[in-house]
Amino acid sequence: MEKNKGRTGAPSGDLALVRKILEGDESAFASLVERYHGRLVRLALVYVRDQADAEEVVQETWLGVLRGLKEFEGRSTLRTWIFRILTNQAKTRGVRDGRMTPFSALGESDATDDPAVDPSRFTSKGMWADPPRPWNDDTPEKILLREEAVGVLNRAIAGLPPNQQAVVTLRDAEGLSSEEVCNVLDISETNQRVLLHRARSKLRRFMEEFLKGR
Amino acid sequence: MLRCRELTELITDYLEGRLPMGQRIRFHLHLGMCRHCRAYLRQMKLTIRTLGALPVETIPPAVLDELLRRFRGWKTA
Repeated sequence: MEKNKGRTGAPSGDLALVRKILEGDESAFASLVERYHGRLVRLALVYVRDQADAEEVVQETWLGVLRGLKEFEGRSTLRTWIFRILTNQAKTRGVRDGRMTPFSALGESDATDDPAVDPSRFTSKGMWADPPRPWNDDTPEKILLREEAVGVLNRAIAGLPPNQQAVVTLRDAEGLSSEEVCNVLDISETNQRVLLHRARSKLRRFMEEFLKGR
Repeated sequence: MLRCRELTELITDYLEGRLPMGQRIRFHLHLGMCRHCRAYLRQMKLTIRTLGALPVETIPPAVLDELLRRFRGWKTA
């Protein structure tokens, strides 16, 4: 169990790994790459729509990691630091290719502002009229074992507006703290929470549909 | 009095620990009395945990090899 240096500082394990990599330890670098590569590709796909482009962005990210590694001071976790390098790479790439507008332009307020639940499911007094029905599956493992569940859920995430997709990927898929998410994405705590709320609400609706009659 | 519809909009603030105390108390009181909202909260928590359980692709061996090649180049530079 790694002890934390400070509230958001890097665990001592991070610093030890960085030291080994800087000393040229190939297996240390390999273990870092193996741990994060797939996660970086997943995050890159928020910014660039093409799998091949995402892989290129991640390659560039690893080079950026190596170039910047001796500057890593452990003020954030290594994971947050690497994700930040990725988002910078991906944003530049996405904008340069003309495939997307700068992240910040996608903005504080989406035009698509659905309520968390379809209003017709409540009475005029705001109480449940069509309440949530129990799901047969009560663990993530059971849900994800269902045929197509993984693909369907990934596509649901990919269908979110990019800023919601980025927040929910980092916060819920990757498990970063809200502070770390704000750090990686350069957004305010409030903005992060609004985006997270919209994303989670949509994904819950999505799961509810998916699990109906299964 | 907190209504179900409001609860569904406050739920993220609640789960993130950002509800002011008064609202948090009303939230809990409502949950205690409303099994539908308890079910909604369970579904929301399960959704979040499922997102956290999504599998991530492992690095293709060829990609790893290429990165290690770069690493060797980098460390001798």
